Amino acid sequence: MIEAEGLTKIFDDFLAVNHIDLHVPAGQILALLGPNGAGKTTTVRMLSSVLKPTQGTAKIAGYDVSSQPAEVRSKVGVLTEHHGLYGRMNAIEYLNFFGELYGLSKSQISLKMEPLLEQLDIAQHRTKKLGEYSKGMRQKLALVRALIHEPPVLLLDEPTSAMDPESAMIVRSAIKSLRNEERTIILCTHNLAEAEELCDQIAIIQNGTIILNKTMQEVKNSLLGGSLYIAKFGKPIIEKDFLIPEGIQIHHQNQYEIHFLIKQPKKQNPSLIRYLADNFELLTFEEDSIKLEDAYLEAITHKKSSS
Amino acid sequence: MIDQLKQALIITKREVRDQFRDWRIIFPIFGITIFFPFLMNFTTAQVLQFVNRYGASIIGERLVPFSMMIVGFFPISVSLVIALESFVGEKERGSIEPLFNTPLLDWQIYIGKLISSIVPPLFASFVGMTVYSLGLIVNHVPLPEFHLVFQIIVITIIQAIVMVAGAVIVSSQATSVRAANLLASFIIIPMALLIQGESIVMFWGNYVTLWWVVAGLFALAILLLRIGLAHFSREELLGRDIDVLNIRWGWKVFTNQFTGKATNITKWYQQEVFPFVKDLRYSIFLIVGLLIVALFVGNSLVDRFVFPMDRLGVDNLEQQLLGLSEHWSVGNFSPVILIFWQNLRVILLGFVIGIITLGIFGVLPLFASIGVVGYIMGLLNNLGINSSLYFWGFIIPHGIIEIPAAILATAAIFQIGVIIATPNADQTIGEIWIKSIANFSKLMVGLVIPLLFVAAMVEVWLTPRIALWLLK
Repeated sequence: MIEAEGLTKIFDDFLAVNHIDLHVPAGQILALLGPNGAGKTTTVRMLSSVLKPTQGTAKIAGYDVSSQPAEVRSKVGVLTEHHGLYGRMNAIEYLNFFGELYGLSKSQISLKMEPLLEQLDIAQHRTKKLGEYSKGMRQKLALVRALIHEPPVLLLDEPTSAMDPESAMIVRSAIKSLRNEERTIILCTHNLAEAEELCDQIAIIQNGTIILNKTMQEVKNSLLGGSLYIAKFGKPIIEKDFLIPEGIQIHHQNQYEIHFLIKQPKKQNPSLIRYLADNFELLTFEEDSIKLEDAYLEAITHKKSSS
Repeated sequence: MIDQLKQALIITKREVRDQFRDWRIIFPIFGITIFFPFLMNFTTAQVLQFVNRYGASIIGERLVPFSMMIVGFFPISVSLVIALESFVGEKERGSIEPLFNTPLLDWQIYIGKLISSIVPPLFASFVGMTVYSLGLIVNHVPLPEFHLVFQIIVITIIQAIVMVAGAVIVSSQATSVRAANLLASFIIIPMALLIQGESIVMFWGNYVTLWWVVAGLFALAILLLRIGLAHFSREELLGRDIDVLNIRWGWKVFTNQFTGKATNITKWYQQEVFPFVKDLRYSIFLIVGLLIVALFVGNSLVDRFVFPMDRLGVDNLEQQLLGLSEHWSVGNFSPVILIFWQNLRVILLGFVIGIITLGIFGVLPLFASIGVVGYIMGLLNNLGINSSLYFWGFIIPHGIIEIPAAILATAAIFQIGVIIATPNADQTIGEIWIKSIANFSKLMVGLVIPLLFVAAMVEVWLTPRIALWLLK
């Protein structure tokens, strides 16, 4: 659904994006990670046909970003970094305006708007002036705007950055349901836990170059040698008591918990959990939530030291 | 096309509604549509009473339409403020990018915003003029004639379009609202001068001249619209953030365009100067056509502007030429430099005018010079002197070099406007301007200046002698 080959953008003498390749099939979410100024926004703008690539090609839902910009834009929903709502309008007027620009009729807009406003929990504020909206509410409304024309491709720049935890959870849940509807999503975020929770693929961009582009599992395997899982026990454990199944390593441990490095969690976890539950007082077994951060830092640091 | 225009009007509708919700726009518009016409009415009535007392009723007659024009102009001045922030203001508020992400084409966004900047002030303008007219009726002051009212309405509309078209260009090319406001003087000052000119014409009572003003403004409006559409680019608007004057970049653009890839003077002529002359061919044809028109216009003015024959000094032409030949001896460079400098100055004047007026009025100095030639030829014919003698003896010897040089330079000046009005979203107007100046400089250094110098030498050392020989 998103196919980019050698996508490059040069502003005057500045190389903003350098030969990026991206392949995101329908129903998948790609997290585009990277430090500030790495080229994420420029990439998103090229994929939404707002910026013209200097070199390379990209197809969005089958349309070429350079030669079919209007078609591309009609198939893409973009949540921009700056939401820039019109403060003197209310949500209904605002969504009607954008819906009409996407060629929808008033009745179509109304039909699509209501469930989205409900889903993102801002329906009760629909007649309030947008100038009175909180940051989080603005972000939610901007997301509704990006979804109003039911685009098959979504480019979301920091969708939960200004939100309280509850709102962020609502938005994440909405994004998950979008994936279930077979939409293709690129998510630019600095929130690595969010990327890990939502995304199927990870691409890390630095200085305009993609330094890593893999599935979540491949990322963990390549940078850490596998996924990290934490097993917590009710009683102190002694290492010599262990008979670790093949392919699993202990990353580190203390008296009450062990961090396992597992290459093929889907295959190996059931037997490991059975073993631990049968032989030790296993309280919990869960994936370590900071692993993507480790992978990200590892990739960035590795790139810096190699360059 | 109509469907596409309808999409553009969605933007217009939103913006107009937004403007009518903004008290900062509503209050001034309300003031100048309701309060100001009353004030103008009162003032007009007072002045009418005063001038009628002294039998100067003509001033009163002229004041009534003039006041109507001013009442109409005040609200449209608000359009400048709206238009100036139409693009760059949205950029600063961060609301432009969602708009750019919609499937609308560039021209749809541009036209949508342009119309939205014109409609409310123009509506206010008509309300103001209506209020003013009602006041005249109430005060038993005769309304201006219908054709005059129509003329004022057309002028008001065309002025609004010119102002807004100019301001939208500024807004779409500026990096911040502050920068756009600073650049607004390029619109305000010419408009102020125009209004002053129109005021003079109105009091003069030469209403036909006002139609010429309308025609000129109409051409300017079309050109400004074309330039705006040609250079509007989502990418440029989103990508430019810095206001700093980048002299180094400007100089680099200039030198790259001036020298090209030439490594020596021969290659420079082959690769840069002559190809540029070839690029100028259509402009050259146009300028030549204009000069022929100038010759006829000058010739036709002989009967209208009568020149005292005795001042022409045709009686003792031979003696004058003899004196000139002695004074301008061959090898004497002082008069050569004086003539060369004079011609160069005229071309540079055309260049300055051309840069300001998008190339259009840069043709005026040459047009006027050739017009004078036509006028003198007509004058000589009226005196019974063979004007072809004047043409071949006094003009052609040096003119054969000087006139082509002037045509080349004027075509390059005209080309500035042509290039700016040509669609080119990949380059900024500033970049195109610098490149046009570099092209003009290339032509001047490579051809025009050397030709003008040679022409000046011929004019000083040969022309008087050839003319003398022909006269004998």
